[in-house]
Amino acid sequence: MSVVEKVLDQYSSKVYKNRKEHIVTVDKNDKNEIATNVRTIPGIITQRGCCFAGCKGVVLGPIKDAFIIVHGPIGCSYYTWGTRRHKAKKEENVDNYLQYCFSTDMQEADIVFGGEKKLKKAVQEAMDLFHPSTIMICSTCPVGLIGDDIHAVARWAEQEYGIKCIAFSCEGYKGVSQSAGHHIANNQLVRYVIGEGDRESKTKFAINILGEYNIGGDGWEVERLLKRIGYEVIATFTGDSSMEDLKNAHQANLSLVQCHRSINYIAELIETKYGIPWMKINFIGVEGTIKSLRNIAKYFNDPELTERTEAVIADELDLIEEDMAYYKTKLKGKTAAIYVGGSRAHHYQFLLNDLGVHTILAGHEFGHREEYEGREVIPFVKPDADSKNIESITVSPDPEKFHVYLSEEDLNRLREEKFLNYYGGMVKDMHDGTYMVDDLNHFETEEFLKLLKPDIFFSGIKDKFVAQKGGTLSRQLHSYDYSGPYSCFRGAVNFARDVTMGIYTPAWSYVKAPWKSAPILEGTMGGDKAC
Amino acid sequence: MRQVAIYGKGGIGKSTTTQNLTAGLGEMGKHIMIVGCDPKADSTRLILGGLAQKTVLDTLREEGEDIDLDYIMKNGFSNIRCVESGGPEPGVGCAGRGIITSINLLEQLGAYTEDLDYVFYDVLGDVVCGGFAMPIREGKAQEIYIVASGEMMALYAANNISKGIHKYALTGGVRLGGIICNSRKVDGEAELVSAFARELGSQMIHFVPRDNMVQRAEINKKTVIDFEPDANQANEYRALANKIDENDMFVIPKPMKQERLEELLMEHGLMDI
Repeated sequence: MSVVEKVLDQYSSKVYKNRKEHIVTVDKNDKNEIATNVRTIPGIITQRGCCFAGCKGVVLGPIKDAFIIVHGPIGCSYYTWGTRRHKAKKEENVDNYLQYCFSTDMQEADIVFGGEKKLKKAVQEAMDLFHPSTIMICSTCPVGLIGDDIHAVARWAEQEYGIKCIAFSCEGYKGVSQSAGHHIANNQLVRYVIGEGDRESKTKFAINILGEYNIGGDGWEVERLLKRIGYEVIATFTGDSSMEDLKNAHQANLSLVQCHRSINYIAELIETKYGIPWMKINFIGVEGTIKSLRNIAKYFNDPELTERTEAVIADELDLIEEDMAYYKTKLKGKTAAIYVGGSRAHHYQFLLNDLGVHTILAGHEFGHREEYEGREVIPFVKPDADSKNIESITVSPDPEKFHVYLSEEDLNRLREEKFLNYYGGMVKDMHDGTYMVDDLNHFETEEFLKLLKPDIFFSGIKDKFVAQKGGTLSRQLHSYDYSGPYSCFRGAVNFARDVTMGIYTPAWSYVKAPWKSAPILEGTMGGDKAC
Repeated sequence: MRQVAIYGKGGIGKSTTTQNLTAGLGEMGKHIMIVGCDPKADSTRLILGGLAQKTVLDTLREEGEDIDLDYIMKNGFSNIRCVESGGPEPGVGCAGRGIITSINLLEQLGAYTEDLDYVFYDVLGDVVCGGFAMPIREGKAQEIYIVASGEMMALYAANNISKGIHKYALTGGVRLGGIICNSRKVDGEAELVSAFARELGSQMIHFVPRDNMVQRAEINKKTVIDFEPDANQANEYRALANKIDENDMFVIPKPMKQERLEELLMEHGLMDI
């Protein structure tokens, strides 16, 4: 029996049929088609998050001066308070609410009689105490059930206080995973935020960084590097961002896409509306970073910029080469399994590769088929009722703000070369015989770990300790276990150090349960020693 | 204690019928509580002689206040205890959740005392969601009467309600006690409603004729038995009360398919009109 068969064998036939479509043994000569973005079977302990997590937690959370009111009972707000490690710096004249947790704390009476009054009161209190310039309202499940009109409250707040107030109907039950929430957040940001600014860009090398949430300071490292080369970062979506940055995103000449899943809607919509093409880049891993930097330089096609790019690469490399070489001697030949997000399971394979670590299993919680198989499959993805249930918006070119950097001819050529507007997915970077598993659940996690015995399991808080109690090192790639940044050159060293420390900690030799090696009970039976 | 829920199409006369019938039971010396499960909180107006008491949910809304049963329960005609669940104004919040909350709260407050012979739930309209089915869930109302007339939509609604009862009858112990015909003076009404009830496997427990006396009593905020005890209509309600008190026909209804319902209406000449 193959490894996959051994895992699936224990399922009932109905679950077996469903789950086998989500597991692919990579074979370059095959299609490697995988089932994704569908409902998890009830009863399976999934690691997925909800729509609210994707909208408020992922996309909106990192905007530092957005005053986010979570409308609902307290749990949704409290348990997402400060858990995602999206960092932000204090900026002159920009509010920073990231340390706070605001909720309407709905009670039973608010459910029965409706919560709009309480929400209005929350807005009033926010205005009295904090005077924010932007309020965002995120609704949780019960609000969707009782039908509070949060959008009407947002309109009221805008008129009453002359601020920006945006409502997000991101009730947790929507969609099949946090992916639905990304989409909802993307829609509203395109509708109500991007394009409203009038801060002129200073250089033509003006870029947006999309899908970088500054976890553990990743975004700062990316920005530092790009600025060093001479780029002007207009807006980062949304790590350490301010509303003013986001409003001006239409001024950029190129959008860089780090996390494709959570932000591709914005990437595409602002290309249509403002003419900014997008490029998939990856700043995780040394080789990945170098390739990304060179591609960006190639797009702008400026000799001086290209020269600076090479100089910065050489300089940054020089700083880390010795460390990386050392850690590589420690990690070479190790194996890893990765289960995280909708992009990271791909990105981290590059960094592991730099260190000589072989990835034997990778999976996404909420990735769609394009994150596994590449955007070429999009025309063949049949939208189901769950995805149709999430609003999809269309935009048309903005007559005033539409601008082009490259000629139509060059753009078309670059698109055709899959240099722009393309993401190849992770399968192309995986070796034959490795596994892709979508929506890897608790049971399969334990089974695959037992069968494949990877040296490291990269995942999140929900399954980290299951792995570690079983004797496998687990590092969290959602939160970086209080560490980071892991991006670009210097981040790679941080990552290598953390993994090396984990692997070489002596703890793993003590994991074996005492009753596995010696009897824990002793007794006699009829005068004879029994055990 | 018999717990009874009254359902029926909106405007069919559930509250009027419930109050007049409980007045009849009250006259017989029964101890009764009426729980109004309608956000409008007008289910006990005739027994109390006006909208008097605070609703259960209003007391819940007032934070920190010590809730006392006396606060939300008032005695009216024939010492019938009246409680209004209350609820949100139209178009906001969740009335269904309100009913669940309110019935739970009544239990906590000890409203269901040993000496009660009857508890009546007067529930708004159709069984549109889980909240409106609360009175017929396990441990609550065991018998249901549907108020209907010979009008097509009233029977259509009654059939729909039977579907809801059918669902809970299989898991809980709830049964249909019969159809109360509140006449609209439609041709062949008694026969049609009887045939409809038989088809469900149940009975038309009483035919309440149309009489302006009901209207007059209502304007005076009274039940007919209270307002004009000697009126013919008062006797009709007494008869209904008697039949319910002696009723022993409790069934799991067999709701009809739409086609069968239309056939039935055709058989009884409704389509000729």
